[in-house]
Amino acid sequence: MTPDEILQQMYDNTVLGKAAEVKTLTEDGLAQDMDPLDMLYGGENKELGGRGLLPALQEVGRRFEVGDFFVPEMLMSARSMQGALTLLRPLLAARGEKTVGKVVMGTVKGDVHDIGKNLCNIMMEGAGFEVIDLGVNTSPEKFVKAVQDHHPDVVGFSAFLTTTMPMIKVNIEALKKAGLRDQVKVMAGGAPVTEHYTQISGADGYAPDASATARLAKKFVGDTGAVPTGALADAIAAVENMMSVVEPS
Amino acid sequence: MHTVLESKTKTVIIGDDAPFVMIGEKINPSGRKKLGAEMAEGNFERVRKDAIAQVACGARMLDVNAGYPMGDEPAMLTEAIRVVQSVVDVPLCVDSSVFEALEAALAVYQGKALVNSVTGEDERLELVLPLVKKYNAAVIGIANDETGISMDPEIRLSIAEKIVQRAADYGIPPENVVIDPLALTVAADPLAIQITLETIRLIRQNLGVNMTCGAGNTSFGLPNRAPLTASYLAMAMSAGLTSAITDAMNDTIRMGVMASDVMLGHDAYAVNWIADFRAKQKQGNR
Repeated sequence: MTPDEILQQMYDNTVLGKAAEVKTLTEDGLAQDMDPLDMLYGGENKELGGRGLLPALQEVGRRFEVGDFFVPEMLMSARSMQGALTLLRPLLAARGEKTVGKVVMGTVKGDVHDIGKNLCNIMMEGAGFEVIDLGVNTSPEKFVKAVQDHHPDVVGFSAFLTTTMPMIKVNIEALKKAGLRDQVKVMAGGAPVTEHYTQISGADGYAPDASATARLAKKFVGDTGAVPTGALADAIAAVENMMSVVEPS
Repeated sequence: MHTVLESKTKTVIIGDDAPFVMIGEKINPSGRKKLGAEMAEGNFERVRKDAIAQVACGARMLDVNAGYPMGDEPAMLTEAIRVVQSVVDVPLCVDSSVFEALEAALAVYQGKALVNSVTGEDERLELVLPLVKKYNAAVIGIANDETGISMDPEIRLSIAEKIVQRAADYGIPPENVVIDPLALTVAADPLAIQITLETIRLIRQNLGVNMTCGAGNTSFGLPNRAPLTASYLAMAMSAGLTSAITDAMNDTIRMGVMASDVMLGHDAYAVNWIADFRAKQKQGNR
């Protein structure tokens, strides 16, 4: 297989969620001395159509957003990408590649829903962000500490219940009190959350779904949507964390 | 074991030898922003209509939830309970995670309510159980605690045991505790329902208490959800689930539940099944 064919096959098989095939293709590419960055971002010659891992994940996110793809398909695609990243990450880390930006994400206190948040994380990682996932039932204190420790560009609050939504405002107040509000952009989302509600809570932005979350995070860090020059490096390790998805209600 | 719920005039029994109890899920602003907005404005017309429609479709109880951002939940839930009890005669599930809302709603509820819900968290048990005892209500106990949701059926069982034990300490008998074994979506984890079914079997064997769950969770994230939910319910009923909060207005789900009751011998001699058939036949002839 030529490098061009490998990139296209990686794209197709990632969209289809065929993990074993994606892993084999990655190994084939590395055996041919292909650049790991090309395998991630698709390389040159974009006119050839979909190529590489991250464009594939972005396509999956787009299909999910318009209702053509469903939760298991998105998870299978993420799992396929994860397999390839296991091979690529050490190579990228050795080269000291940088990420687009850093995001701290968590489901708010009192709320244990994480599918939506995990899908957002997948899309942000796919866009080149380092995502620090604080998990579910995250206290305001934990968010504050994570912002202090990690200095993220963006912090995201996810709430699935009408009863836990008010925690978005509580978290923002906690950031203010800690003197951190000006240092970080705040975004929020989740089933009952609305644009209006995030505004009056004092957030900087609202995202209705996973793809929109990645776009919003990019907007916050001033990315124009062009392919990032840095690679994902350690950041994408967090993709592995998303395998423990649960959705009670 | 029989869990008895009452409205002012009607009694419903949840039990492992009785027909499955479908609890209508619709009166809940989660995912229905319009309903929530109307309730917050004091407009309960949709609540009234939904109550009547669900009972007409065969819901034997209704869940009533008034959680809405920035809404006055105690006032909204109280009014919703009043409105629903004025138009239908089935017992209700009083559904809130806000203690003050449960307190206010139970004060106006006529009959013996099912309180939805308490978890295995010490703080919640200490708060909610005295209230359940005060109104001689029954309560749904969710099999998770401070540590979150376990994917180990044995741990879920141990949390259920703790809830039943703690209820007994407050003078609430086991028949007034209905355990939610937790049904998560199979879309995210292919083994999610196997874990739920095993939890149901363990609770049935070891505690013998009645169980309920939000059945729709199982198909979240998938297309064409009703057949999936109906199939889950058939399996869960076989394992020992005795009620569910579900879409009672969906015919696929409803017929799946009724058919399972026949097959499990809970609708002895298919009396309800045949009556439903005749009612539909009659409608068809009109």
